[in-house]
Amino acid sequence: MEKETEKANSITVYIRRFDPEKDAAPRQQQYTLQVEKGMTVLDGLHMIKQTQDPTINFRFSCRMGVCGSCGMMINGVPALSCNTQILDVTTTALTLAPLPNFKLIKDLVADLVPMFGVLKGLQLHIRRNDVEEMEKPTYEYYQTPHQLEEFLQFTYCIKCGCCMAACPTMATDREYPGPAPLAQAYRYNADSRDDARDARGDLVAASHGIFSCHYAGECSNVCPKGVDPARAIQLMKKDLVLSYFGLAKHKCAHLHKKPDKATYKAKIEAPPHTV
Amino acid sequence: MKETAYWTWFIIAALVIFVIAGLHMVVMHLPMFGVFNPESGAVTDWGNVAFRSKNQFLAFTYIILLGAVLYHGFYGLRTIVFELGPKKSFQDGFTVILWIVGLVLFGIGTYAAIAAKALETAL
Amino acid sequence: MANKQFDNHLGIVGWLGGGRWGVERYLYILQRLTGLGLLLFFMMHIFASSVRICGPESWAAAMKILKNPVLKLGEFCVFVLFSFHALNGIRLILIELGLAVGKAEEPVYPYKSSLNNQRPLMVIAMVLVAIIIIAGGYNTIFGSH
Ligand code: SF4
Ligand code: SF4
Ligand code: FES
Repeated sequence: MEKETEKANSITVYIRRFDPEKDAAPRQQQYTLQVEKGMTVLDGLHMIKQTQDPTINFRFSCRMGVCGSCGMMINGVPALSCNTQILDVTTTALTLAPLPNFKLIKDLVADLVPMFGVLKGLQLHIRRNDVEEMEKPTYEYYQTPHQLEEFLQFTYCIKCGCCMAACPTMATDREYPGPAPLAQAYRYNADSRDDARDARGDLVAASHGIFSCHYAGECSNVCPKGVDPARAIQLMKKDLVLSYFGLAKHKCAHLHKKPDKATYKAKIEAPPHTV
Repeated sequence: MKETAYWTWFIIAALVIFVIAGLHMVVMHLPMFGVFNPESGAVTDWGNVAFRSKNQFLAFTYIILLGAVLYHGFYGLRTIVFELGPKKSFQDGFTVILWIVGLVLFGIGTYAAIAAKALETAL
Repeated sequence: MANKQFDNHLGIVGWLGGGRWGVERYLYILQRLTGLGLLLFFMMHIFASSVRICGPESWAAAMKILKNPVLKLGEFCVFVLFSFHALNGIRLILIELGLAVGKAEEPVYPYKSSLNNQRPLMVIAMVLVAIIIIAGGYNTIFGSH
């Protein structure tokens, strides 16, 4: 263990600074940091904030790759700072900048709110036509493991915005929804319990919509959760084209009754209290 | 939904171009397949040009190719320009202009293809 | 606060990427550039070819201009653009119609993405482009016309 710490590297960290009260445009500031094995970029930022410069701003919450608030450009690649170890990226210089293609609030904090707005507008929840059943459910909506697999990958999205920062279309087109919202639209469209495919399809197939994705593939390259938004988007295009020709199989599972031969497992006993 | 239709036809046009322009390349650049170039000498020699112009099949495929390329090219151009984020009024105007230019070019090309069928073989 | 934000969109530079981006990113930008080039060529081509309705003399005159070596080179460039645009385009059609991106799968680290699914296709397309361009170049230099 001690050997490891002895080998600690001293690296130069360049941090993009921007104070809306003082600066007209972002500027760069330089720090020196002692890096140890296993230290994440987020750890490094904390270290600098505690020991060198209390004014730097960055956003984080879970520090374990779950909440999606700490995305930033790490040596030119969008990534989660809590999920990236410094020594995996560099042994000499580390450049940190806020995620581009969003407005910048302060230092490393990008404003993700517009993306959340787009996500909200796409009605990303299970929508069904059988309103009565939704309000007074009589049975569960059964779903086979295979039906689950069709969208499971896309549920892992944590809305960190890394894909949005990498996408070339996002760089210029302010009306393009972006990879994360489009992938989420497909996540619900591919859900066998959902009934609102056509409505959501109309929303994304507008001008500046899903067809402004040209498979540059960057979103999937950088996604820290392996969501592969580019795949979701192309699969959704396929569905849209099929339904344009009237060939789409309507996959919505209206089946909400218990299948005849199904039996419920006996209730699982809760483990006894230990304290 | 409208965009799905535009885009689907953009793809269909692409496939049409792939086939017909591929044929065009063979006819123009690989003269050993001499069906469409009876005269010896270059494919652009008048005898060959006149022969191809009079060929019903080639004239027909050229008109289809013309329409497909114009649609495919202008839709692609429109996509690129739209992604630059111009104002809505500019976008609408641009679409109208592309339609007009496209139709005019289609008119010229089609006229040429049909008029050329009436050519005398100058031999 | 909100009114003082800095607009951090990359603009058209963001199309080009650079440095550490994947190869598909460059193919995307090349597809755009070759497309624009071909469109420009095609518009000229419509007019140039329409000269034939003016009769053999005008045609011969027009063809004489095109014999110019600079234009011969231009013609070859168009051929290169077309081969790339066509074959990369076929790859993109297969991808964008959801045929070459695989199925949704559980993300297990190290992540694989649809980019891995389409990569063989990309390699095949690019090898074909190279072969066609070399063959076309041979034909232009040593060919009969
Ligand atoms: S798709 Fe991936 S990169 Fe994009 S917001 Fe979701 S988790 Fe982040
Ligand atoms: S695949 Fe589409 S959404 Fe993803 S980065 Fe490329 S253009 Fe953007
Ligand atoms: S702090 Fe939550 S994802 Fe990094």
